[in-house]
Amino acid sequence: MSKTGEPTTTQWPRATNTMHLHGDYFPRAARLALADPQLRRNIGKATTTIREKRASVVAELDDWAELRAAGAAIKDSTMADLGDHLERLEAEVIARGGVVHWAADADEANRIVIEIARRAEARDVVKVKSMATQEIGLNEALADAGISAWETDLAELIVQLGHDMPSHILVPAIHRNRSEIRDIFRREMGKVGVPAPDGLTDDPPALAEAARVHLRQRFLTTDVAISGANFGVAETGTVMVVESEGNGRMCLTLPRVLVTVMGIEKLIPTWRDLEVYLQLLPRSSTGERMNPYTTMWTGVTPGDGPEEFHLVLLDNGRSTILADPEGRSALRCIRCSACLNVCPVYERTGGHAYGSIYPGPIGAVLSPQLTGVADNASLPFASTLCGACYEVCPVAIDIPTMLVSLRSKVAAGEGTGDAGERAVFRSAAWFMSRPERWTRLIRSMRFGRFLARRGSFRNLPPPFAGWTATRDLPAPPEQSFRDWWIGRERKGTSDA
Amino acid sequence: MRVALFATCLVDAMSPDVGRATVEVLERLGCTVEFPLGQTCCGQMHTNSGYPDQAAPMVAGFQEAFAGFEYIVAPSGSCVASVKHQHEWVAANQLTDRQVTEARRLADRTFELSQFIVDVLEVTDVGAYYPHRVTYHPACHATRMLGVGDRPLRLLQAVRGLELIELPEAAGCCGFGGTFALKNSDVSSAMLADKIHHVLTTGAESCVAVDASCLLHIGGGLSRNRTGVTTVHLAEVLASTEQS
Repeated sequence: MSKTGEPTTTQWPRATNTMHLHGDYFPRAARLALADPQLRRNIGKATTTIREKRASVVAELDDWAELRAAGAAIKDSTMADLGDHLERLEAEVIARGGVVHWAADADEANRIVIEIARRAEARDVVKVKSMATQEIGLNEALADAGISAWETDLAELIVQLGHDMPSHILVPAIHRNRSEIRDIFRREMGKVGVPAPDGLTDDPPALAEAARVHLRQRFLTTDVAISGANFGVAETGTVMVVESEGNGRMCLTLPRVLVTVMGIEKLIPTWRDLEVYLQLLPRSSTGERMNPYTTMWTGVTPGDGPEEFHLVLLDNGRSTILADPEGRSALRCIRCSACLNVCPVYERTGGHAYGSIYPGPIGAVLSPQLTGVADNASLPFASTLCGACYEVCPVAIDIPTMLVSLRSKVAAGEGTGDAGERAVFRSAAWFMSRPERWTRLIRSMRFGRFLARRGSFRNLPPPFAGWTATRDLPAPPEQSFRDWWIGRERKGTSDA
Repeated sequence: MRVALFATCLVDAMSPDVGRATVEVLERLGCTVEFPLGQTCCGQMHTNSGYPDQAAPMVAGFQEAFAGFEYIVAPSGSCVASVKHQHEWVAANQLTDRQVTEARRLADRTFELSQFIVDVLEVTDVGAYYPHRVTYHPACHATRMLGVGDRPLRLLQAVRGLELIELPEAAGCCGFGGTFALKNSDVSSAMLADKIHHVLTTGAESCVAVDASCLLHIGGGLSRNRTGVTTVHLAEVLASTEQS
């Protein structure tokens, strides 16, 4: 469906790079999410749990502030010479038997992957959980080319089997509880592979075992795997994926052909830099001291792991972000999703309302930048600017400040600015820019008192109707502060 | 000590009691308070809504009004945060180099009330008396952009007669967010509902904060739901004495 259309609970927008998201999309989608008691409970419970875990493991490190500063600084300095580092990475991957492809946008990346899969004569591919491949709509592109992509991350499997969309960067099925998951497994697994066992309960170990049996057959029968990358180390051409389940490890080691789609911002120059990020990432994302599985590979090794390795370096809007001094720090993001878990807006709406593969605070700055603000125009406004995201961000991305900058781009943008709203703000600014006008305005406001009932407004017309739907607005006072002050000064002078 | 009061547009127009209370506390602590009549608004609403071009004259006006003062004090975390963190950006894009420099200079001289009392005046017991049961909501911008920390709490704890009850989930935003409350009124209302729930569980008579804007929002919800709980600005608590 189009992002300009009416969102519905049963048909969430498919987040691909071709979608168009306009001014009031988020508020309308959020209203639906807010009315879903199951969703509210599932997300509220999950985010509260993760955020408490994160807070306690972060508190264990007394050098967290320094690690955070280092995490930001390494990415910034890498970004300043990104071209050189990428060429180093390319040379090292090639020297160790890998193949490097450069993709300017989603279409080019998808074409490259499809071509590799076709040459391998693959009808199916297994996938490691990856944001980059979701960003480019790879599964859909593969399906159009007659190739089935199978998600192997447990949560992504739940989303895929449920014909659903991810709603969280790290925990894509965060909006589902275990009984919903059991129902999905029972209903869907048998249609595409090994069915769920008879009498499957919603006991988490039983659900995990059902997924394990279902996935094991995929791993053993599929020739091509596709992954993203958490980090690419330029000095040795090493690519790395961190995960919790081991399903990623299966994909990265069993198939004959491995294709990794890596956003160009995932590059770090040296192994030494990993010292910083491997402390920041697991503590921020899952609230663990160390993630259970860290898989690293460097080119190909005969007799060990994939025989072919392709690295697709994806731009898809990143170099545009890099060129914008007010937006470029978004490229520091290591996709930990700590900002989602602390965001009071995300906590109540979940990820689908954002209509983007990158939801939450980081999505609200990343999505409009990747696509241009005309797409995703409502996202920069989907925040109270409370700053909880910036506070927990392990690479110190000042999301609230970036949102303010993006809002000005939306307001000034062709097709995204609202002329009526601009006029209202302009007239407010006219009064507020000069003390004599401001004084006259607030003196006249007291006449509004006659329209109030028992000292409050309870039912105002638009644009204030949204306020008075759930909140009273007190009537203006009899006397403004400045008139009180002027009176006091006069009295003081006459007393003297 | 000579202090310029930046009342903020909201206090000036809607909550004059907060302005009067701020004057009273500062004068009781020995400050000579002036209210430069050239002041209007910090421009935050326009800046945060995507109209920094329209905020620019307000930033310039703030500079004209407060140029001559060593200490500028406001009873608002978020307006002070705008002066400290946004004026330079607005000036850099819309105004002259001289005004960018001036924005930086005034940022260093502008203080949120509780930070001014605790850090500059070095006082935590302001001699207030407020015999009520209250809870404290830490306003987001004061907490996260200014780092006021526990200063408001230390000031409250020193108030005679006051019973302070801890607010559950205190750090959660109340959902105001300026025009967010209008553009995303449903999400805003959902956040406010939770904040009100937490305020009510404390059994407090009033919810105290350092920002009139958050209090307008929380108070609007408390009033709509006929909770019988009121909102009070920190300045009003600190201004209250056994005599008044």
